[in-house]
Amino acid sequence: MRKTYQHQFPDYQSRKPLPGPLKTVANLDFILLFMIVLLSGFGLVVLYSASEQSDAIMVRQSSYLAAAFGGMFILAQIDPRHLERLATPLFILGTALLIAVLLMGTGAKGAQRWLAIPGLPRFQPSELMKLVVPIMVASYLARRPLPPSLKHLFFSCFFILVSVGLIARQPDLGTSILIGASGLFVIFLAGVPWKVISIALIAALASLPGLWFLMRDYQRQRVLTLLDPERDPLGAGWNTIQSKIAIGSGGMEGKGWLNGTQSHLDFLPEGHTDFIIAVLGEELGFLGVLSVMVLYLLIVARGSYIALTADGTFNRLLAGSITLTFFVYVFVNVGMVSGLLPIVGVPLPLVSQGGTSLITLMAGFGILMSIHSHRSLMQQ
Amino acid sequence: MPEPLHLNNPLAERRLFNARMAICLLLVVLMAAGLIARAAYLQLFQHDQYATLSDENRLRLQPVAPTRGLIYDRNGILLADNQPSFTLVVVRERAKDLDQLLLDLQEIIEISDREIQRFQKRRKRSGAFFASLPLKFKLSDEEIATLAVNQHRLPGAEIRAQLVRNYPVSELTTHVVGYVGRINERELKKIDRVQYSVTNHIGKTGIEKFYESVLHGQVGNQKVETDAQGRVLRTLDRIDPVPGDDIYLQLDIELQRVADKALEGRRGAVVAIEIESGGVLAMVSKPSFDGNKFVTGIDSKSYNQLRDSLDLPMFNRAIRGVYPPGSTIKPFIGLAGLDTRVVNYYSRVRDPGWYQLENDERFYRDWKKGGHGWTVNLSQAIIESCDTYFYDLSFKLGIDQIHNYLGQFGFGQPSLRDLPGEASATLPSRGWKKTTYGKTWYHGETLLAGIGQGYFSATPMQLATATATFGNKGKTVQARLLMTDQSSHWSKLDRQKLPDVELKNPQDWDYLFKSMERVVHSPKGTARRIGVGSEYRIAGKTGTAQVVGIRQGEEYDGEALEEHQRDHALFVGFAPVQAPKIAVAVVIENGEHGSSVAAPVARKLFDAYLLNGLIPSLSSEEKL
Repeated sequence: MRKTYQHQFPDYQSRKPLPGPLKTVANLDFILLFMIVLLSGFGLVVLYSASEQSDAIMVRQSSYLAAAFGGMFILAQIDPRHLERLATPLFILGTALLIAVLLMGTGAKGAQRWLAIPGLPRFQPSELMKLVVPIMVASYLARRPLPPSLKHLFFSCFFILVSVGLIARQPDLGTSILIGASGLFVIFLAGVPWKVISIALIAALASLPGLWFLMRDYQRQRVLTLLDPERDPLGAGWNTIQSKIAIGSGGMEGKGWLNGTQSHLDFLPEGHTDFIIAVLGEELGFLGVLSVMVLYLLIVARGSYIALTADGTFNRLLAGSITLTFFVYVFVNVGMVSGLLPIVGVPLPLVSQGGTSLITLMAGFGILMSIHSHRSLMQQ
Repeated sequence: MPEPLHLNNPLAERRLFNARMAICLLLVVLMAAGLIARAAYLQLFQHDQYATLSDENRLRLQPVAPTRGLIYDRNGILLADNQPSFTLVVVRERAKDLDQLLLDLQEIIEISDREIQRFQKRRKRSGAFFASLPLKFKLSDEEIATLAVNQHRLPGAEIRAQLVRNYPVSELTTHVVGYVGRINERELKKIDRVQYSVTNHIGKTGIEKFYESVLHGQVGNQKVETDAQGRVLRTLDRIDPVPGDDIYLQLDIELQRVADKALEGRRGAVVAIEIESGGVLAMVSKPSFDGNKFVTGIDSKSYNQLRDSLDLPMFNRAIRGVYPPGSTIKPFIGLAGLDTRVVNYYSRVRDPGWYQLENDERFYRDWKKGGHGWTVNLSQAIIESCDTYFYDLSFKLGIDQIHNYLGQFGFGQPSLRDLPGEASATLPSRGWKKTTYGKTWYHGETLLAGIGQGYFSATPMQLATATATFGNKGKTVQARLLMTDQSSHWSKLDRQKLPDVELKNPQDWDYLFKSMERVVHSPKGTARRIGVGSEYRIAGKTGTAQVVGIRQGEEYDGEALEEHQRDHALFVGFAPVQAPKIAVAVVIENGEHGSSVAAPVARKLFDAYLLNGLIPSLSSEEKL
């Protein structure tokens, strides 16, 4: 039956990519690429200061960036239809890997996130799921009439909850949130009826107190600390207090690049990873923060344009989810560093030091570019 | 039942997607605006507040200790200075494993269990972050080298250089200069916390204690930038501390050395006072001890040894030793007799060797069995130290007059004003006995007071001061340790000076001077031995003070008594008689004979001061 209706629509027919004049060299989207390069370049500049001018960290981050751009390039070449076709096997594989992590994963600081398979580099299966979950939900819903029925909604939610649940067990709250968000974006964009949304929202609010009991001790601490950082200024509240001081003391123009005292005198922990926006805010001031925010918004805008102009439901849903999830990164990270949200481990995309999440993000951008360049002739 | 066929409607789906996307983008814009607003709130509206917090984070005001003032003798010879000393300190926050670090350190250099105990005590008391807690003081060069070589594997152990008080001739001067020691909890309550925030030591005794405020100086401070661990990275601003003022003492270290040597092997005290200035030229209390040991904390074994010694080396006999002055007060009693017209130069007393009051069966014996003859006058009574004469004179004077006249010479109150802890001793009176014992005064007690026994007691410092005033013909001499030209420090302790002793007939001074001169320079004088071969004339008076009472009918037999129960030997005197320059008081515990034991000590001091003193700068340089 699936084949029958697939053939009815021109969207899904012959999709031989035409090499366009400019935008589609090697399937890359140069507008998006330009902004990504700009942002990651800016990120390197901030990281240079935040890492105490460490050459080692600069070399490592540059090689991560090179690898991530390579990943992006590869994914940009893959026709999204292959992704749609491979959705279910990918999801099954990913879920199996997550279970494997729980059984035999490795990690540090009480969290078990990594999987070491002989012959492969050590990796985090949860990162893979950041892309697999939206692909799975998008492919599942795209095959069904939209808006989705309750049954399809139920299955979509099931896919999401399985992944989120497994990752939350590691525990990795930041990644769970991001994956949950990416799946929910797909459902929302697919057109869940408002009635269902309202009921879900009310149910979620009602279950908030229950959530409190499910949270781990350190997670509760973080929530309490957010509400009142001064209750433990040298312990749980230290990060939030010091990052607010860093940002606030930056003022309009900042203390100058390499001149931040909060970061360089070690008052600010994790200055080169999750809290890098505080270094930026301290050294480059409000103008620096504003510039970065504008760059993020421009990337979101380009991603949204790609989503809106994509053909095929699967492509639209996937592009929309990737773009919006990217913004969730920014919002959660900046929100936590500036003291609006509890502290969860979410890096500032393209700026924080670290390779794993960078590669996933760039892979997402590769998918976006592929979606854009593989539009049907008609659209182009 | 066949499944109903659901068809996709691409156009409717696209419209739906576009609508949902629009909603999401609106949310994105709102949330981004929220983040930017948050940044603006922190960075623009609350900037001042956070800028201050950021500065508070990294900037600290560190106090800087002032250098303690030095102490010199009258010729500019150092009695107390500050020397660099290296201390091993431990910063527990920097040590990975404190217990292991202590074990490692013990392997490399010698650290006693006691030092470890003290360290643990300090560690428990100190709550400060990144505090440097001393573990071992006074590191040797070898220990410093060993520690330096091993430093890389001993994080948390550091060597600190600091100035530590040093007394070059402590055994000679410790009863005068005193010593500094670590500030204890009682002192902590009294001192200015700001001024002493980085000072570890405070004057514990002597000049160090009395002139603490002069010697200490003013604390300075510096603004430093620190990192989150409290490590100082650089100094931004500095207000230098004001070092403490140096202090010059009246003490002449050469004379001090002579006095110290003269008392070698004895228990006793010597005080020499320059009559013109009142300056204390020498003040020795023997035995003495090394005050340097107390600066960085004396070990308990040495301390117990000092504390438990029967010779009481830590007891400052010169100002705290309370002795019956014995016959040394006879010239003062004689002066009272002359001035009150109770006796004159020609009044005579028959001395059979004892004295008896009416209605009192008790015999008051003279020291000389058989007495001093039938016609003893005042001069003779002083020269031969006739007790009977003074029993008689005292009885006629009465205790009130004795108290009046001897009070004018400063008996019964501390006489040296710039040392802490001087004893008042006792100049007895009716009132004193009433308040102390609740009993009335007896005549017999007047007799004992008249020969410096009974309730009467005095410190060597009081004896020397009173003798100096006597030698100054009644013009009050105020004893002090500080040099005159340092009047700015002196002013704060000025007290009302005792009025001068004015005699109705000033010739009485000459009469008494002559009598005292003949104590030394006449064949019958009790101190005739020290007058031999002197190039100047000495006026003096010997004294022998009973330590244990001798019952009626018994006689004193030094041989039969325990060493600690034998009589004290005393001597007071001044020289030269024509124009007295120096007054000396000597007390030698259980020395038995004032004439043969105490007086020669005074002669040595007179010689040193009057003969060598003609060229003081040369003599002091030669000897050092």
